[in-house]
Amino acid sequence: MGEGCRTVPLAGHVGFDSLPDQLVNKSVSQGFCFNILCVGETGLGKSTLMDTLFNTKFEGEPATHTQPGVQLRSNTYDLQESNVGLKLTIVSTVGFGDQINKEDSYKPIVEFIDAQFEAYLQEELKIRRVLHSYHDSRIHACLYFIAPTGHSLKSLDLVTMKKLDSKVNIIPIIAKSDAISKSELTKFKIKITSELVSNGVQIYQFPTDDESVAEINGTMNAHLPFAVIGSTEELKIGNKMMKARQYPWGTVQVENEAHCDFVKLREMLIRVNMEDLREQTHSRHYELYRRCKLEEMGFKDTDPDSKPFSLQETYEAKRNEFLGELQKKEEEMRQMFVQRVKEKEAELKEAEKELHEKFDRLKKLHQDEKKKLEDKKKCLDDEVNAFKQRKTAAELLQSQGSQAGGSQTLKRDKEKKNNPWLCTE
Amino acid sequence: MFCFPAMGHRHCCALGPMDPMRRSPSPCPSRPSSPRTPPCEMLGYVGIEAVLDQLKIKAMKMGFEFNIMVVGQSGLGKSTMVNTLFKSKMWKSTVQGLGTPTPQTLKLQSVTHVIEEKGVKLKLTVTDTPGFGDQINNDKCWDPILGYISEQYERYLQEEILITRQRHIPDTRVHCCIYFVPPTGHCLRPLDIEFLQRLCRTVNVVPVIARADSLTIEERETFRRRIQHNLRTHCIEVYPQKCFDEDINDRILNSKIRDRIPFAVVGADREHLVNGRCVLGRKTKWGIIEVENLAHCEFPLLRDLLIRSHLQDLKDITHNVHYENYRVCRLNESHLLPRGPGWVNLAQTPAGPLATPQPSKVHQQAQEDSEDGDEY
Repeated sequence: MGEGCRTVPLAGHVGFDSLPDQLVNKSVSQGFCFNILCVGETGLGKSTLMDTLFNTKFEGEPATHTQPGVQLRSNTYDLQESNVGLKLTIVSTVGFGDQINKEDSYKPIVEFIDAQFEAYLQEELKIRRVLHSYHDSRIHACLYFIAPTGHSLKSLDLVTMKKLDSKVNIIPIIAKSDAISKSELTKFKIKITSELVSNGVQIYQFPTDDESVAEINGTMNAHLPFAVIGSTEELKIGNKMMKARQYPWGTVQVENEAHCDFVKLREMLIRVNMEDLREQTHSRHYELYRRCKLEEMGFKDTDPDSKPFSLQETYEAKRNEFLGELQKKEEEMRQMFVQRVKEKEAELKEAEKELHEKFDRLKKLHQDEKKKLEDKKKCLDDEVNAFKQRKTAAELLQSQGSQAGGSQTLKRDKEKKNNPWLCTE
Repeated sequence: MFCFPAMGHRHCCALGPMDPMRRSPSPCPSRPSSPRTPPCEMLGYVGIEAVLDQLKIKAMKMGFEFNIMVVGQSGLGKSTMVNTLFKSKMWKSTVQGLGTPTPQTLKLQSVTHVIEEKGVKLKLTVTDTPGFGDQINNDKCWDPILGYISEQYERYLQEEILITRQRHIPDTRVHCCIYFVPPTGHCLRPLDIEFLQRLCRTVNVVPVIARADSLTIEERETFRRRIQHNLRTHCIEVYPQKCFDEDINDRILNSKIRDRIPFAVVGADREHLVNGRCVLGRKTKWGIIEVENLAHCEFPLLRDLLIRSHLQDLKDITHNVHYENYRVCRLNESHLLPRGPGWVNLAQTPAGPLATPQPSKVHQQAQEDSEDGDEY
């Protein structure tokens, strides 16, 4: 309890033996919460088992086999027993094992569990936080339903359990175990346990360190995985109403320990180890997740100079780094923009130059043509002038001739002269 | 003026409106669940209530911790009171020898013991404050105390934000501070008021009237009413704080307690024979004052409040309210983030290691396990 502090004897009754009761009263007023994840193929009786465990009818219709991928369906219920209030959350896989390609089947489950851890971590890291009234959604127990083939674990089971064992407390159970005979069952259990051990899958071991529960937990550990049967139908057996399944060859009683391990499961899960499951989730699985996440984000406890860092300092450093990067990116973008603008400008200038050249060329052509035309015009004018001169000269001559004395012959000559003179033109 | 932040209420839910009867906050939005939690009728016995036994077993195995601080001037019977409360010799009653000079500075002394009763182990740490209010000039004599309290919060915070942290973080935070008011019979003195104002913001304070055997019953009542009036005038909220009453039962119970605060107590660690019974008491020429007799003094009320009924509550309020307030301030400080609404304005930042906002330095100092005396 304490190094360096001595135990002092009490001289009378002080009264702090009521401390556990004070603690319990406080917890009762706050209420408990418990989250169970049921992983298993469609049709293995997950919902029925939950109904049987908690003696009630939870809502929900059975799932089809045609789901395209694995999904998780989560429901929360408020249960009350005497003065204890329990907030129970049951998460079920929908469509697990139904696909043709099952390589990624485990991923939605792992992501869901991580998301719950992440939500809790975010709340814990907030500056203003309300941890004491936070609704804890982390999965406390994972019931893995094994199909009652009687041979061994399927490879899908092994792979999924291996992925989940470091994130959640796994309790494997054999579902619909009324399909297996007793002798087959023992062989099946041994085979399953040996496969789990040889593949290094860590399933949840009931704690044996506290004397009051060590014995019962120890014996139960040997019975894992539990072979269970679920049923919500009540049949009259003897003079009592019991939960059972009726077949033509007999009736299987759910709460009969000789028939199945349902009672053991209920004892272990609820009546003996619920608190331990919650504590393991918080102190082992969550701490592991938290450590990995924070290390991933770059935080460390000590740096090479063995000067203890703190989350705040690292956060500041990271923030500055991030801002620096942002600035750099901004610069880059600006550069690129300037570059583009320059290029475009150059292009436009080129085009402008070309246009100017074309304009000059056309102008020159136009001028040449104009000059040619003017030359032609000049020529034409010269000829017209020449013609006019000759005309006036000819007329002058004619008028001189008619004055000298002539008559018709002159006229005729004039006409003749006119005509040939005209023709010669 | 100071006020507890709105989020300080223990069962206030940040996620949605609280139904005081159901006490179940609406589910976290990141979870893919139905928005309302339907109550389910169970058709038979399931065994959920066995979880209470599981809790008890676990708690008893781990043991409990409780840290208490006694503050008051010398000679008011602090050490004797602690001995009486826990019925064991925690401290030797300090009697100032003639040769020893009065301590010049306030040095806090802590002692830790493990006591066991009916299988329940309690690790008790008592912090004494010799020299408080003894000087001529008592200005800022509360600084070392506030510094000590903040240092314990800091220690816890550092442990909590480690990457690889311990399974059970050792809790050295002060859960309760008993303030001894000298039995003047008039009212609270300025020193008392200053100290109480500052302290009530960071820790649960239970004021008591010390050495009440010098007051008659009527004088006690008048004194008590005056003190209550003083506390109300200066807005000092002592434990049990009104704003943390959860439901009607709590309020009724706590109102009764609040009516009697401050308790008029007498401490004694010697036993005397009265009417054939062996009782703890003080023997005087005019009679024997029985400590555990309600007609003589209110020590049983103090003991019941501290130990038998409200111990867990004290720890819870320290953890959920005072520690969270401290944490908010610290994280805001180093982030230099803008202060949002509801930020508690601790006008007086405690002196000492926290003057420099360098958590690594403080962590080192705390880790070196330096004597309290080194820092003051």
